[in-house]
Amino acid sequence: MTLAGRTAAWWARLWGPRLPAVRLCPPPGLPAGPAACQRPYSSHGKEKVDMSTYPAESIRNFSIIAHVDHGKSTLADRLLEITGTIAKTDRNKQVLDKLQVERERGITVKAQSASLFYNYEGVNYLLNLIDTPGHVDFSYEVSRSLSACQGVILVVDANEGIQAQTVANFYLAFEAQLAIIPVINKIDLKNADPERVEKQIEKLFDIPIDECVRISAKKGTNVETVLQKVIEKIPPPKCNTADPLKALVFDSTFDHYRGVIANIALFGGEIQKGHKIVSAHTKKRYEVNEVGILTPNEQPTHKLYAGQVGYVIAGMKEVTEAQIGDTLFLYKQPVEPLPGFKSAKPMVFAGMYPVDQTEYNNLKSALERLTLNDSSVTVHRDSSLALGAGWRLGFLGLLHMEVFNQRLEQEYNMSVILTAPTVPYKAVLSSAKLIKEYGKEEITIINPAQFPDKRSVSEYLEPIVLGTIVTPQEYIGKIIVLCQDRRAVQKDMVYIDEHRVMLKYLFPLNEIVVDFYDALKSLSSGYASFDYEDAGYQATDLIKMDILLNGNPVEELATIVHNDKAYATGKFMCERLKDAIPRQLFEIAIQAAIGKKIIARETLKAYRKNVVAKCYGGDITRRMKLLKRQAEGKKLMRKIGNVEVPRDAFIRVLKRQADK
Amino acid sequence: WPYCRKRCSYCNFNKYVVPAVDEAAVGACLVREARTLLRLSQVQSVTSVFFGGGTPSLASPGTIAAVLEAIAGAAHLPTGAEVTLEANPSSACPQRLASFRVAGVNRLSIGVQSLDDTELRLLGREHTAVEARGAVEAARGLFPGRTSIDLIFGLPMQSQDAWEQGLEAALGLCDDHISLYQLTLERGTALAAQVWGGRLPAPPQDLLADMYHTACAMLVSAGFRHYEVSNFARKGAVSTHNLSYWRAEQYIGVGPGAHGRFVPWGDGGCSREARVQTLEPDAWMREVQSRGHGTRCRVVLSPLEHMGASTAPLLVMEWVMTSTHGAQRWGHFSPHLSLQAMFGAPGEAAELQRQGWLVLDSSGLRCRRRGLALLDSLLPSLLCQLQRA
Repeated sequence: MTLAGRTAAWWARLWGPRLPAVRLCPPPGLPAGPAACQRPYSSHGKEKVDMSTYPAESIRNFSIIAHVDHGKSTLADRLLEITGTIAKTDRNKQVLDKLQVERERGITVKAQSASLFYNYEGVNYLLNLIDTPGHVDFSYEVSRSLSACQGVILVVDANEGIQAQTVANFYLAFEAQLAIIPVINKIDLKNADPERVEKQIEKLFDIPIDECVRISAKKGTNVETVLQKVIEKIPPPKCNTADPLKALVFDSTFDHYRGVIANIALFGGEIQKGHKIVSAHTKKRYEVNEVGILTPNEQPTHKLYAGQVGYVIAGMKEVTEAQIGDTLFLYKQPVEPLPGFKSAKPMVFAGMYPVDQTEYNNLKSALERLTLNDSSVTVHRDSSLALGAGWRLGFLGLLHMEVFNQRLEQEYNMSVILTAPTVPYKAVLSSAKLIKEYGKEEITIINPAQFPDKRSVSEYLEPIVLGTIVTPQEYIGKIIVLCQDRRAVQKDMVYIDEHRVMLKYLFPLNEIVVDFYDALKSLSSGYASFDYEDAGYQATDLIKMDILLNGNPVEELATIVHNDKAYATGKFMCERLKDAIPRQLFEIAIQAAIGKKIIARETLKAYRKNVVAKCYGGDITRRMKLLKRQAEGKKLMRKIGNVEVPRDAFIRVLKRQADK
Repeated sequence: WPYCRKRCSYCNFNKYVVPAVDEAAVGACLVREARTLLRLSQVQSVTSVFFGGGTPSLASPGTIAAVLEAIAGAAHLPTGAEVTLEANPSSACPQRLASFRVAGVNRLSIGVQSLDDTELRLLGREHTAVEARGAVEAARGLFPGRTSIDLIFGLPMQSQDAWEQGLEAALGLCDDHISLYQLTLERGTALAAQVWGGRLPAPPQDLLADMYHTACAMLVSAGFRHYEVSNFARKGAVSTHNLSYWRAEQYIGVGPGAHGRFVPWGDGGCSREARVQTLEPDAWMREVQSRGHGTRCRVVLSPLEHMGASTAPLLVMEWVMTSTHGAQRWGHFSPHLSLQAMFGAPGEAAELQRQGWLVLDSSGLRCRRRGLALLDSLLPSLLCQLQRA
């Protein structure tokens, strides 16, 4: 099957049967959507909504932000139902989470938007819900979504209370000067304690207790109140349709047939089919083919007006054309571009290579497509002696890396080799020769293969982050030990109520990147939560460690480690590798080495028996099938010298804890 | 014979436990299908017959006799041809075995599995160790030098000592042929569910290897030849039938779920097919009654499958069968690419030879003795090389 075919199949899946519940008939009094019913407000066009009846004053643009699992997607489902955007059925679960990986993992990775129509006190309102991802790795996407909003619904679980991400998300919204509506969810649960959560909100965020709305998104209790609060408390966007067009690109998706679909928020003017528009970033000119709103799938409209949120298709075909944060304006009517977003800052880098070099071009085009939908991934071409031509990718975090990899597999049917993740270290060079070679004194190392030797470096630097941990007090002891083990320095410790503590630590990024979150979760029975933000660089003592199989280095596993941690890390990796590699015909020495010095070793004994030669009643077929499957499996193995290693062995080695 | 009285906890063969079997009807269908398929294959002479199951010793000797008569009627069945019947100790009383001998059976394979009652219960067998001993002794009296026993090792919780003692006891009891099978946990069996569910421990790899190696050594010192991965014989009591599978000879499978590999000349065919008969006995019977046979699946074997299928057996047994058969047979399946050209060139086989697992010479490609226990690590490499050719 060609790649094109696969992509098409994916889109068909995504937009097709996935969203069967889209309601075609809005409630009476609301502008109608598609053709099937009456449209009192629509004067022209058979299938298009007339957006001119929604001036900026009747528009509210908002996001829902929450700690993971506090019920953001469920609340979104209810809002969509109440406003008639989707039919009310039992099957509406994570309607906005369209990606397979999101539904499988129960997380939101990719922000989605939906326009809701709601009549309140005789006025028709257009409420644009801009969904946000719900994991620490994706806070970049959250800030992106927030830039198109004037307010947020901050959802907090009535049982779990404020968690680390609640804090982080609150500050994102607060710094963006957005209206904040605190909502306490899951009040139907037996252990719900909304009073306590209200007090936490008051203490930590300085929001009066009486402003909190208590709801059960699952049961629909009080959800209408949330909508009313959105209308009352969130200001309408301040902009004017009479102004020249000024549209912010806050997200984009790629459709194999229609090209780039850019999600836009109009900060001024209007846009319609036939308009000539210009990208402030690239200065390229386009003609608009289609505009519309998201309900949550695309629904064409005649126009979009100032204050509204929707999408535009304008013949953008190239991967790089729809830059997130870009401003679009009308040809010959340039405007001052909106301040772009802080561009995503990759925290984790890993090499990605095709399993088979003949797949290079297919993988390249899959990467291009996927990075268009996920512009927070950075891509640099790279090559390695052992793995051939490939790329070095930068991700927001390890989950982001896993999700990206899973999407490559699920949506593009690509299998790849991923190398050990590394954080962007820096080295201050002392060797004149190297300084000349790099053209600068301080270099960033995103690939262990390029790690400069200590003799030519005056100082190594490592990235650090400020981590926030919220935990019930009984786990504090264990958590402090964990943080110390991760070379972290405590900065703050606050009781947010009688039982819960918020800790702040400065962590070296590499200490938390792989498995800190899992470790924290497991030692606190899942109760502690974690979030982090960038906090610059600090000087450190680094060395490069190689992993050898029968003396041959495994390029995927070369890592840069802190000197104090080399022995433990080496020992650990050897042990894990021993479990991850199947026995073979010969003994395998698994070693960790620094330079020529071996610091850890495990021995994987040779197979002594591997035969089940049963040929019952002439059924050779079954055995041949098995052999064939094994032969196929062999081809997919990575060969290090003559040792065969299953491809998933490396990632299994890197995750320090057993998979959940 | 697809029926059993009881389901063993480890067995995932095509077998049926039913309250009553219409033996006359099943027998008639076996006879009819045997005739049809023999005609189809245009086989002149049959070298061996094997009654497997299920539990063929549950069939009446008359049914066995009828099938043998049908075979002899449709093709030449020499007087000395090996005719094996699989027997369960619980349906192998001396009178019954004698009747089977009268019916034409001249070799017995007895499913002893273990001589320890606890192990037998774990395996879900319906007989005791005492009954197994009785059956073997009776069989040896009636089929001297032609009685084989099956043993299973690697049971959950079985110790090396227990296995050695069991094998010692079996050596004191047995005739000149023993088959040793390592317990494989098959999906859908009670035993697999218990092990995978954590209620029984899985035996460790190294213990299984020890058990196998010790058993081989013990049998060899008792005068047995290790002529195939799982089979041992002394005084030339090698099973012709068993060898024919590995020699990639033609065989016809008759009965529900039976496998065959032959060229259907009678049908105008000229290439070898892998055939499987319908699994479910009632459906199979209806098919035999309406069209003479119950072949459900026919696959023409590709040259690669031929080569693969002939490489595996080459290795399985040739390490003792040092004859020119190997190379000749290879030539039969692959006239254009000689065994030497195929595996002598640089590649997996050459590497495995260098490491001392294989030997390639004028008599064929063979697995060295120490490689036999690692066959499943060797074969996929060879298959990779074959697939590239």
